[in-house]
Amino acid sequence: MNLSILVLILPFLTFVGLAFFGKRLSGITAGIIGSISTGIISLIAAFIAFNYWVMSDGKSTMILFNFPWLTFNEHLAINMGLLLDSLSIMMVAVVTFVSFMVHLYSIEYLKGEERYGSYFAYLSLFTFSMLGLVLSVNIFQIYVFWELVGVSSFLLIGFYYQRPSAVAAAKKAFIVTRFADLGFLVGILILSFEAKTLDIPMLIERLSSPDTLTSGNIKMHMVGGLSVISIAMFLIFIGGAGKSAMFPLHIWLPDAMEGPTPVSALIHAATMVVAGVYLVARLFPVYFVLTPEVLHIISWVGIISALLAALIACTQTDIKRVLAYSTISQIGYMMFSLGITAYSHGETLGYTASLFHLFTHAFFKALLFLAAGVIIHAVHSNEVAQMGGLRKSLPTTHIAFLLATLAISGIPPLSGFFSKEAILTATHHANPVIFWLAVIGSSLTTFYMFRLYYLIFWNKPAEHHRHHEHALFSIPLIILTLGTLLNGFIPFGQFISVGLEKVQISFELGMAAVPVGGSLLAILLATLWYAKSTSYPDKFVSLLKNFYRWTYRKFYFDELYQFVTHKIIFNLIGRPIAWFDRNIVDGTMNAMAWGSMYFSQAIKRIQSGNVQSYTMYFLGGVIILLSILLYAYGYNLIN
Amino acid sequence: MEGIPLLHILILSTALFFIGIYGFFTRRNLITMLISIELILNSVNINFVAFNKYLYPQQLEGIFFNIFIIAIAAAEVSLAIAIIINLYRKFNTIDIEDTNTMKH
Repeated sequence: MNLSILVLILPFLTFVGLAFFGKRLSGITAGIIGSISTGIISLIAAFIAFNYWVMSDGKSTMILFNFPWLTFNEHLAINMGLLLDSLSIMMVAVVTFVSFMVHLYSIEYLKGEERYGSYFAYLSLFTFSMLGLVLSVNIFQIYVFWELVGVSSFLLIGFYYQRPSAVAAAKKAFIVTRFADLGFLVGILILSFEAKTLDIPMLIERLSSPDTLTSGNIKMHMVGGLSVISIAMFLIFIGGAGKSAMFPLHIWLPDAMEGPTPVSALIHAATMVVAGVYLVARLFPVYFVLTPEVLHIISWVGIISALLAALIACTQTDIKRVLAYSTISQIGYMMFSLGITAYSHGETLGYTASLFHLFTHAFFKALLFLAAGVIIHAVHSNEVAQMGGLRKSLPTTHIAFLLATLAISGIPPLSGFFSKEAILTATHHANPVIFWLAVIGSSLTTFYMFRLYYLIFWNKPAEHHRHHEHALFSIPLIILTLGTLLNGFIPFGQFISVGLEKVQISFELGMAAVPVGGSLLAILLATLWYAKSTSYPDKFVSLLKNFYRWTYRKFYFDELYQFVTHKIIFNLIGRPIAWFDRNIVDGTMNAMAWGSMYFSQAIKRIQSGNVQSYTMYFLGGVIILLSILLYAYGYNLIN
Repeated sequence: MEGIPLLHILILSTALFFIGIYGFFTRRNLITMLISIELILNSVNINFVAFNKYLYPQQLEGIFFNIFIIAIAAAEVSLAIAIIINLYRKFNTIDIEDTNTMKH
C-alpha cells in the first residue's frame, strides 16, 4: 500500500522534468514520457483498487504519510497525507485511467505544436494536483490542491495563448472559480473553528456521529437564525459549485472549450469538474446528519443546472459547446442526486447513485470529447454546419460516438442507463417534483445528443472520402468504448456507500420505463428532424421565436455577468475606490511632498554661505529667547 | 581698589562685548573677526573676575573659570587660524565675502 505515494510522486516528477527540459526533447518524446508515467500510475491505481476491494473487505479507511505540515496549536494542525478509502480509490482509478487515455491521444493530437513539452508538463501537473485533491487527508490540503487544479486548468485553457479568445476564457475560468473558492476558504475556516479540527476523518466523526446534536460536543452557534455550521457547509458547497460549473457559476465551462480538445476531455468533462461533486461526497456525512437544509439547496441547484444546461445545449451549434453544456447538465444530475438524500428519510441510495454516475460519466464523456477531437481534426472546424455525412469517412469515431451518445441518453444496456436509472430511482423515492424535472432533463439530453450525432454524421449525403484515423486516436476511443459498454454491470453499490453497509442498486421495470420511453421518443424526434436535412427545426424555431433566442443566447447569463461586473461593480465600486486611491490616498502623499518641496524652496535662501548672516540669525535667536525668559522669570531674578 | 565701583567695571565689559559683536558683524577680514571674538571672550572674563572679587571675595570659582576660558580660547584660536590658513590656500584670500561657496 505504500506504493500509493508513487501515484503522487510520479506525475510531479514528470511535471518538473518536462517543465525544465521539455523544450529540448525532439519530436514526440515528451508525449511518450508523459504517457509512460501516467500509464504506470494508472496501473498502480488499478493495483490499489484491486487490493482494496478484492483482497480485503473494501470498507477500511487507511491514512498514510500523515505528517504535520503547519501546527497552529495542540488542537488545530494542518496535516499532509494520503487518505485511502472507497471514495478516494475510486476517484484515483478514474482520474489516472482517463488521464492515461488522454495522454495517449494527445501524443498524436498535438504533434508539431510549438509548446509540445509544456503541454505535457501541464497535463502532468494537472494529474498530480487532481490526485492530490482526491487523496487529501486534511480539508486544508484539499484546498491547496484545489487551487493547484485551478492553476493547471488556467494554463491548459490558455494553451493557445496567441488567441485572444483563449486568453479571455482562461481568465474567466480562473476568476470565476477563484471567486467561488473564496466561499470555500471561509467555509473551511468557520468549520475548523467549530469542529476544532481540519482532519477529514476526525471532522466527520465529530460532526456526524448520532449524538452530535444532543451531547453538546459541538456548540451550535447561531447567526441570524441559521446555525454557523450550515453557513460554513453552504460556503464550502459554493466552492464546489464553482469548480463543478453549477448554476449560476456555470459560465466559465463553455468558454473553457478554447483549450485543446483532449484537455476538454480530461479536465472539463471527466475529472476536474467533478471535484465539486467529490467535495460534497467527501463531507457527505456532515451534510447528511448536521445540515440537511444545505442538501436541499444542493438538490435544487443541481436540477436547475441540469435543466438549464440541457435547454441551452439544444440550441448550440459548436460541437464542443454542446458537449460542455451536456457536462454541466450531467454534473447537475450528480449534484441533485447527492442533495435529494435529505428528502429520503435516511436512505442514502442517492449518494451511491451520484458517484456511480460520476464513474460512468467520466468514461462516456471523455469518449465523446475525444471523438469530437477526431472530428475537429478531420474537418478543421468546431461548427456542426461544416460537418455532416461523416459516417463513412470516420467509421471508428462514428461507432464510438454513437455508443457514447446512447450511453449518455440512458439507453439500456449501456453504462449511462444504470447510473442514471439509479439516480432516478433514488430521486423518485425522495422528491417527485425533482424526479419529473429530471426525467424531462433526461429526454432533453437524449434529444440534443442525437441532434448533435445526426448533424455530424448524417444530415448530408455520406462522404466517401476516408479520413485517416490515427492508431493513437482509435486505441483510446476503443478502450473507452469498452468502458462505456461494460461499466454499467459493475455492482457499484457493493463498492461505494455511506457507512459500512452495502447498497443494493435495484431496478424496477415500471420505473425504468418512463425515462427510457422519454429517451426513445426524443431519439425518434431527433431522427425525424435531423437525420436528413429537413425544415422542421426551422419551423419549430420560428414558432418559439423569443424563447429560442433566449436559449441560443444562453439565457443572457454572460451578458448579465458582464453587466454586473462592468456596469455595477466597476462603476459603482471600482471607480469610486480608484478615485479615492488616486485623489485621496495618493493625493495626501503628493501634497505632503509638494508642500515640503515648496517650503524648502522658500527657505533655502537662508543658507547663503555667509558666516556673518548665520551669526546674525543666531544672535537674533538668542536675544529673542533671552527676552522671553526674562519676561517670564525675570521677577525671580529681581526679588 | 575701593575707588572703582563694580558698575564701572560692568560698563567696561559690556562695552567690550558690544565692540566685539560690532567688529564681528562689520569686518570682512577673517583675522579681524577672530580678534573680535577674543574681545567678546575677554569681556566675559572681566565679568567673572569682577563678580568674584566684589560679591564673593573669599571664593575662587570665578578666577578658575577665567583660566578655563583662556585655555579654551587659545585652543579655539589655533583651530581658527588653521581654518583660515586652509581657506587662504584654497581661495587666495581671507575676505569673508569671497569664501561663501558652501551654500544652497
